[in-house]
Amino acid sequence: MLYFSRWKVTAILGVIVLSLLVLVPNFLSAERLRDSWPGWLPGRQIVLGLDLQGGVYLLYEVDTADYKAKRLKTLENDIRNAMRQDPRIGYTGLGVTGETVQLRIRDADRVADAATRLQGLVNPLNQGLIGGTGVTEFQFEQQADGLLRMTFTDAGLGQRLATVVDQSIEVIRRRVDELGTTEPSIQRQGAERILVEAPGEKDPARLKNIIGQTAQLTFHLVDVNADIAEAQAGRIAPGSLLLESLDDANPRPYVVEEAPLLSGEDLVDAQASFASQTNEPVVSFRLSTGGSRKFASVTTENVGRPFAIVLDNKIISAPVIREPITGGQGQISGSFSVQSANDLAVLLRAGALPARLSVIEERTVGPGLGADSIAAGERASVIGAIAVALFMFAVYGLFGLFANIALIVNIVMIFAVLTLLQATLTLPGIAGIVLTLGMAVDSNVLIYERIREEQRLGRSPINAIDAGFQRAFGTILDANITTLIAAGVLFQLGSGPVKGFAVTLTVGIITTMFTAITFTRLLIAYWVRRRRPTVVPI
Amino acid sequence: MRLLRLFPDDTRIPFMRWRKYSFPFSGILSVLCFVAYLAFGMNTGIDFQGGTLMEIATKSGPANLSEIREKLNNLGLGEVQVQEFGEADTVLIRIVRQEGGDEAQQAVVGKVQAALGTDIDYRRVEVVGPRVSGELAQNGIVGVLLALGAIMVYVWFRFEWQYSVGAVIATLHDIVLTIGLFAVLQLEFNLSTIAAILTIIGYSLNDTVVVYDRIREMRRKYKRMHLVTMLDLAINQTLSRTTLTAATTLIALLSLYIFGGEVIRSFTFAMLFGVVVGTYSSIFIAAPVLIFLDPQLAGDKSAAPEGEEPAAAKTA
Repeated sequence: MLYFSRWKVTAILGVIVLSLLVLVPNFLSAERLRDSWPGWLPGRQIVLGLDLQGGVYLLYEVDTADYKAKRLKTLENDIRNAMRQDPRIGYTGLGVTGETVQLRIRDADRVADAATRLQGLVNPLNQGLIGGTGVTEFQFEQQADGLLRMTFTDAGLGQRLATVVDQSIEVIRRRVDELGTTEPSIQRQGAERILVEAPGEKDPARLKNIIGQTAQLTFHLVDVNADIAEAQAGRIAPGSLLLESLDDANPRPYVVEEAPLLSGEDLVDAQASFASQTNEPVVSFRLSTGGSRKFASVTTENVGRPFAIVLDNKIISAPVIREPITGGQGQISGSFSVQSANDLAVLLRAGALPARLSVIEERTVGPGLGADSIAAGERASVIGAIAVALFMFAVYGLFGLFANIALIVNIVMIFAVLTLLQATLTLPGIAGIVLTLGMAVDSNVLIYERIREEQRLGRSPINAIDAGFQRAFGTILDANITTLIAAGVLFQLGSGPVKGFAVTLTVGIITTMFTAITFTRLLIAYWVRRRRPTVVPI
Repeated sequence: MRLLRLFPDDTRIPFMRWRKYSFPFSGILSVLCFVAYLAFGMNTGIDFQGGTLMEIATKSGPANLSEIREKLNNLGLGEVQVQEFGEADTVLIRIVRQEGGDEAQQAVVGKVQAALGTDIDYRRVEVVGPRVSGELAQNGIVGVLLALGAIMVYVWFRFEWQYSVGAVIATLHDIVLTIGLFAVLQLEFNLSTIAAILTIIGYSLNDTVVVYDRIREMRRKYKRMHLVTMLDLAINQTLSRTTLTAATTLIALLSLYIFGGEVIRSFTFAMLFGVVVGTYSSIFIAAPVLIFLDPQLAGDKSAAPEGEEPAAAKTA
């Protein structure tokens, strides 16, 4: 057991040298690393968690109720249009109840015709490559007395929501990228959640504001003849909407036509700029070809009438059309600051979210606390390591020194593995490393105690050391696997910082087993060969 | 050079005799912990309850807690806790979950920021909505049970079922005592506490398994030795290791507790306690429990505790 073949020694030392090499970039500044560190050497640095470098953790959930309501509203409109098609079919009671849109056909003879039209709206789902499995987004139902119903199918809703989440992730990514946030991570979590992590973000409130807005932009004609007081009392003409205004200079509500003239999808670009006359911040936009044509014809027909620019059901401003706008370009003015104009431009460029998102979990760490945590973690680790090392030396003398050298190698390897895996180091992660320091020497303790015992039984030093390593191995394995199981469960269940703890604990256990079983043995074997001791001094 | 010895070699402490005291002691303590849990309840943090937590630092001079408390109470956000956090200028604010869904939780942060003004550095803000907190609590419980189950299977697989039951009893004992401690002292019980409990499970089992390993080895070697004698011997032989490892782990944890900062203090506190309890339970619970569980001694519990006895039916 104490004999090491040459290649084995090389392998053990090689692992240690490699670990050191992987570790070095962590001590270099980013510039030094980029400019003077050879490219063929490992150049990764350890990833610090949000709790150490500061940043924002935001967990969003897609508001499924909001999405369903929107989708059913669209379906209702589609059904209305389908019934109005030539030849028209008379109906009553078209409306949404729960997850169903229903209507009653007046003329019993036309029910079959209406049913055919509705069947055209069930929207077969694309089921990947296999396709055509007969699954549709809506289920069509025909009941007595000409009552027709369209209801969401589970599969349909599921697939739709999956798409909504995907689209939302895309939109969020575009928005966050525009803000210049460094290396944000945006991931799906479960069926209807999105996790946004932005390390180093200085202004969490702005980030939240940018991500959380639906940013649905629409242009509506204002109904100048409508009586606002009547509308506020709830008496509003069908096809019209009462909207509040965001315009501080002119904070009155307007009644507008429900059907939008244009929407955010018709925009191809938006930029923050300044109005040429007033020098106020504005957002100038450019329309797509189709959009410009639509806008040109509407503005030509409605010169002199005001139209409302609406963002998420609030009016930004309601300018009067002074002349036909045919160039496909325009400006949105409102009570903007430079930043809010800029933010709106970002939102318009990135597009609207397909459904409302709500924050269900938020954790923000300021850069100050992060730096403090790093400092505290470093201090605790260094003091802990020195204290453990002194204790080991007091108890085991020379062999304690061996264990301490193994401990240093162990720490190097833990950080090297973390760097290689690009695992995130969190504050509980540092706690995991410090805990490992304490427990790492356990393997050495097990071995040494065993050697002590074997020696008392009258074995020669070499035999005692040999037997000590051999007998202790099984125990070390059993003892560490139980801890590994607990760490594994932690990793599965934990989020963020706790996961970081599980990672370092796991890595620590594995490197500990390596250093205790191979490296310490190598040191001791070397010592035995040099000194030929008659007694093991432990 | 004289080396430090925590225990002399060849200790012969009759640990098994102490089970007369350790079992009732641990039993009563566990019941008390359960009673404390029922009586005081847990001081669950926002992770499991939902709500808002803010760590703030005043930019000029020490924080005026009563002023902050008054400002926040005027907001009508329900129960608000304000306490100093480590330093005189650092304050931890906890606000209960608001009625009315996620939007209402989100509004809290803005209201607090408006009330406290600009002379404040927001070091940490955490908002947990009601649904997430429910899931986190559920995950925590599932995690602890899952870890216990997995370890039980592993010990059963590597040893025998009696050992597996013994290990789980000892570990449950540690968990109950830790939860009791949190209930009595009303320490905040949050996600990191769950992490601490899982680590305690790992540590306590680590300790127990080392003792069991020795017992298994001795059973192979001394087939005719009386179980009580054997358990005593096994514990005595591993005693030095058990205490040494506990000592190094405690040293490392103490360093974390003292120097590691306020954020993880309750986490390390739980672990310090857990290491002590885990070490105790490996010696005084996990090993003696085998006397009741081992088939070798079934029906022979009153046998003389010392000396070798012919083992009746030896199973391999």
